[in-house]
Amino acid sequence: MRKTIKFLTAAAFAGSFGVVTAAPAYTVYVSNEKDNTVSIIDSTSLEVTDTIDVGQRPRGILLTKDGKHLLICASDDDTVQVFDVKTKQLVKELPSGPDPELFVLHPSGNPLYIANEDDNLVTVVDIAADKVLAEIPVGVEPEGMGISPDGKVLVNTSETTNMAHFIDTETNEIFDNILVDSRPRYAEFNDAGDKLWVTSEIGGTVAVIDAKTRKIITKISFDIPGVQPEAIQPVGLRVTKDGKRAFVALGPSNRVAVINGESHEVEKYLLVGQRVWQLAFTPDEKLLFTSNGVSNDISVIDVGKLRVVKSIGVGRFPWGIAISNE
Amino acid sequence: MIFYRLVLLTLERTGTAMTLTTMLAWIANQFGGRTAIHCRTVDGRIGAAEQRRSCLTPFRLLAACLLSLSFSTPSGQVSAADVQKIPIAYLVQVVERPPKLSNLDLPPDNEGLAGGQLSIKDNNTTGRFMGQEFSLKHVEVPTDGDSLAAFDSLLAEGIQHFVLNVPADALLQMADRAKGKDVLLFNAGAMDDRLRSADCRANVLHIVPSRAMLADALAQFLAWKRWRNWFLVVGRRDGDVLFGEALKRAAKRFGGKIVEEKRWDYGPDARRTAQAEVPAFTQDAEYDVLVVADEIGEFGEYLAYRTWDPQVIVGTQGLTPTTWHRTHEQWGAAQLQSRFLKANGRFMLPLDYHVWAAIRTIGEGATRSQSAAFADVEGYIRSADFELGGFKGQKLTFRKWNGQLRQPILLTAARALVSTSPQQGFLHERSLLDTMGLDEPESKCRFE
Repeated sequence: MRKTIKFLTAAAFAGSFGVVTAAPAYTVYVSNEKDNTVSIIDSTSLEVTDTIDVGQRPRGILLTKDGKHLLICASDDDTVQVFDVKTKQLVKELPSGPDPELFVLHPSGNPLYIANEDDNLVTVVDIAADKVLAEIPVGVEPEGMGISPDGKVLVNTSETTNMAHFIDTETNEIFDNILVDSRPRYAEFNDAGDKLWVTSEIGGTVAVIDAKTRKIITKISFDIPGVQPEAIQPVGLRVTKDGKRAFVALGPSNRVAVINGESHEVEKYLLVGQRVWQLAFTPDEKLLFTSNGVSNDISVIDVGKLRVVKSIGVGRFPWGIAISNE
Repeated sequence: MIFYRLVLLTLERTGTAMTLTTMLAWIANQFGGRTAIHCRTVDGRIGAAEQRRSCLTPFRLLAACLLSLSFSTPSGQVSAADVQKIPIAYLVQVVERPPKLSNLDLPPDNEGLAGGQLSIKDNNTTGRFMGQEFSLKHVEVPTDGDSLAAFDSLLAEGIQHFVLNVPADALLQMADRAKGKDVLLFNAGAMDDRLRSADCRANVLHIVPSRAMLADALAQFLAWKRWRNWFLVVGRRDGDVLFGEALKRAAKRFGGKIVEEKRWDYGPDARRTAQAEVPAFTQDAEYDVLVVADEIGEFGEYLAYRTWDPQVIVGTQGLTPTTWHRTHEQWGAAQLQSRFLKANGRFMLPLDYHVWAAIRTIGEGATRSQSAAFADVEGYIRSADFELGGFKGQKLTFRKWNGQLRQPILLTAARALVSTSPQQGFLHERSLLDTMGLDEPESKCRFE
């Protein structure tokens, strides 16, 4: 009996690895909030290939559009660090305003929009000229940052004000505010640009907002058998390019919810590591990586099969994930 | 000249030209340490230093005017004429503090008030987008003063939202005085269980946890540790006796056993005598943990290291249940801690947190109902939709049967957070938080 199980497990692993090896090799970067490091993972071997030292309390992390630089919010150093992905060396630090937590790049690759959690500001930074272009006063504890695919609308969520602030990127002024449930953490537009998804950690919901009318289309709640409702705390969210599915990290419930992008129904819950926080797709969308803050690992989800295929140990409190384009 | 220098500074700081609005907001902040909107609304009755900060210099008046002008531009913000005003009173009756010789931490003058001011600032940041403006009137009545008269005059001014830090009897008088009126009271200071039971009032919501809640939070942890045999030491003050009762109730609920109970009656100063007295006081008892009820800290700190057997101390000293502590940083609490520290130069204390949470509750009521009308604000606070983000990892809500705010309770040592209750494994049909405090069948509260 035991042999059979072993065999089956091996077969399942071989099967999933079969898919993985066929995929192109991407580089996955994970910020480890309590270790002040970034773990680098190879998407084919699914192993940590290197760990680099970065600034204090690294959280938000992204790659520049040309793929040459890795940007890291070093929150406790009040700066955004820029690393060369080839040499893995610090190139420069951007003026970011105090306590940068999350950020988003304009689709053109510049400027960078940073949420300054302690100062109720969004800072707009020209990353080529290393200059602050504007500071936009927003609600209390700004965090989530989403930008429309055409780059015209920036959305910031503020955790204590409980709003999604709509900002015109030409004037850098707020033109609308939408109330959502408690502690909104993350905002993301779909690729078509007609829908905005906002997660509310304490409210336990995801709001789907019509990007044009700025009205809430629906609010998605979650119900996981055997899990206390208090533990269901939506944080990171990613939508597939075709808009057909959204994946939501549900924090201390240790689940990722799979949501139908059209009907907005929850299709499935995937069990991942503890306190799942942020998510990132490989560019081919075959794999989804999740950062698990308490179990100090990354779960790898096979997006086609909707199955968790591996966990990878990284540093302490993995927070953000960025994945290279090639 | 000053203006010129400031502009230069601003430019240096950001390395670029900011928009006019941003620059003025920044300048106003440098002068006031808060936004100009807030400065205009804080009442002046709060001590000289605070007065200086909150009054408007001509320059700041100018900045404030320009700022409000710029806010009336079409940027999702509302013009000054349409602003809904929500005045809130924070009424304190000073309690005489007997010499607390074992307590080295002097209570700050603005304990509680500082939390209220931060909350007003938080509410107004949101209010800027909603066209709502919150203000705080702080009234402090001396120990022998007439707090009911102060309450009456605030009522006469038309204030409808009150945060109270007064003893239980005074709170009941005020609640009865406000009965039938459009007035909502928030209890920020009185922990008495009776206010959540036989002496409850429909127009009072309790932010501060009851003694029963604190004792249950501790008892759950002791049960998880399997420290079942308790030696209970109760001080000589009324509050100590009440907390002792709450601990006995908690022991019964969570499987603890009081194997020994003693009253500490050696007077207020144990510094010279503890080494001689405590070993004998704790001798000849078989127990797992020494549980102390000494709310003002007369002797509790002197028990540690002096017990006959090496023992763990919990209760009002040692491992302590509380709503807020400087060691708390999880669930975004680090952000509230750092905002508070920056504004006040000290850590946030439990009373600051209670006043903060009360005013944020009013803020949520006004923001969500998009109204300053009492019926709308109160209606939202009492509705099933109400939820307060309180940096405790889950939404905080009110118990329908006695108006108590449900909240996780921290269990903390002096310099380290030990745990947070409810502990895993204690289940409840409604909310795990209802495993702490007076549950619906237990509470004798019946709102009329």
